Amino acid sequence: MKRPDGRNVDELRKIEAKAGIIKRADGSASFKIGNTIAYAAVYGPRNLYPRFLQNPEKGILRCNYNMMPFSGSGERIRPGSSRRSKEISLVTEKALLPVINLGEFPNSVIDIFIEFPQTDAGSRCAGICAASIALAEAGVPMKELVAAVAVGIVNGEVVVDLSKEEEDMDGAVDIPIAITTKSNNISLLQMDGMIKQEDIKKAIELGKKASQKIFELQKKAIKDKYNV
Amino acid sequence: MYNNLKQHIINCINQNIRFDGRKNDEHRKITIEYDISKNAEGSARVKIGNTEVIVGIKTEVGSPYPDTPDEGTIMVGAELYPLSNPDFEGGPPSTQAVELARVIDRGIRESKAIDFKKLCIKEGEKVWLLLIDICVINDEGNLFDASSLAALAALKNMHFPEIDGENIDYKKKSKQGLKLNEEPLSVTVHKIGGNYIIDPSNEEEEFIDARLTAAATADGTICALQKGGDDVLTEEDVDNMITLAVKKTKELRKYL
Repeated sequence: MKRPDGRNVDELRKIEAKAGIIKRADGSASFKIGNTIAYAAVYGPRNLYPRFLQNPEKGILRCNYNMMPFSGSGERIRPGSSRRSKEISLVTEKALLPVINLGEFPNSVIDIFIEFPQTDAGSRCAGICAASIALAEAGVPMKELVAAVAVGIVNGEVVVDLSKEEEDMDGAVDIPIAITTKSNNISLLQMDGMIKQEDIKKAIELGKKASQKIFELQKKAIKDKYNV
Repeated sequence: MYNNLKQHIINCINQNIRFDGRKNDEHRKITIEYDISKNAEGSARVKIGNTEVIVGIKTEVGSPYPDTPDEGTIMVGAELYPLSNPDFEGGPPSTQAVELARVIDRGIRESKAIDFKKLCIKEGEKVWLLLIDICVINDEGNLFDASSLAALAALKNMHFPEIDGENIDYKKKSKQGLKLNEEPLSVTVHKIGGNYIIDPSNEEEEFIDARLTAAATADGTICALQKGGDDVLTEEDVDNMITLAVKKTKELRKYL
């Protein structure tokens, strides 16, 4: 079966990843997948204020997901955080946390800011992919990279990297997942839609395979930055 | 260290050569790209050196103000994202962001570049609202010039969406662009240690005594001014700074 945009079930949209796009940040990256574009900037480890937020045992990670006002397909998005962006910021943070060694940075914070000039499904996953590259470029000690992609069911078939058109179809199931690329574990898992348990397994398998492809592009982006 | 850096910057400016080799009245390298966001009705990215600003425009249909029932309007917002500068914080717009947005808004509005009457769809009921958002990606100084240039570029890049009876079909962009009667552009001149400079870096911005933003149309008519900074300006300063700003707006137009 061919999908609405002609892709195979296990085919990702076109991806472009680049490291070091924001000079003022300690680390930064852009990640474009199809028509979704994410910019991520990492600041830190840096001092954390107010002081009562500090943890003397380890640093903390803060993520902020934000869509630019003109980035959505409908009306203007009002600036500032929403319930949706707060939740996505939270799950992004939890997706990245397991691979970062924060023990080296007591009382400090690592801030990750993720902005979207243009969105078309899969933005939280694109944001995680960009953030992962940005963390590496910032030199934050990491056990491995994190790659994220949406998998799901469209027209009864398990597919990878749903487009907005597919996401909006009747009976579509959308499962954003993040995979730790070396240990191959799951650090983000959400779903909306109705699905059989065996299909979840199939979807995750497909997601794991796709995340290895993304991982290669993430590595390339970092290497290209340093010409190695 | 702080005072040493200040003195060093002033010494350089006195000799008309800055840290990156520029003269006092030179911009860094400028590039403009259009169609940054497919979902915006118009968008542009401006880079001045490493400073990067994206402006996107969304159109919405709303009801007119009661005192101008046959006029649409524009709204300019500025987002100083914490992604662009370690000193910026999230949350509601800072005073700096509000000033930036209002200065850009004024340049566009007061030049009469946009005929608000042409934004009227049905008198007293429906008008177009142009929502112009300035988003800062990397702040290495001179957000004013970058935003002004990006806002004008985005307006020139704009296409209205199709409208079928009641609803806007954002998926379809019409052929109808936005007619601009004027092309307002502003340049900010900074006074530092008795000299005038344009396009300051972050470091230079720290030590500015005063600044003056002047917006002008293509023929050099001045359409908005904004004085900033802690120090005063003399009448002579104002005259010199406006002259320099207007001259520089003419140079910037070749990038559009």
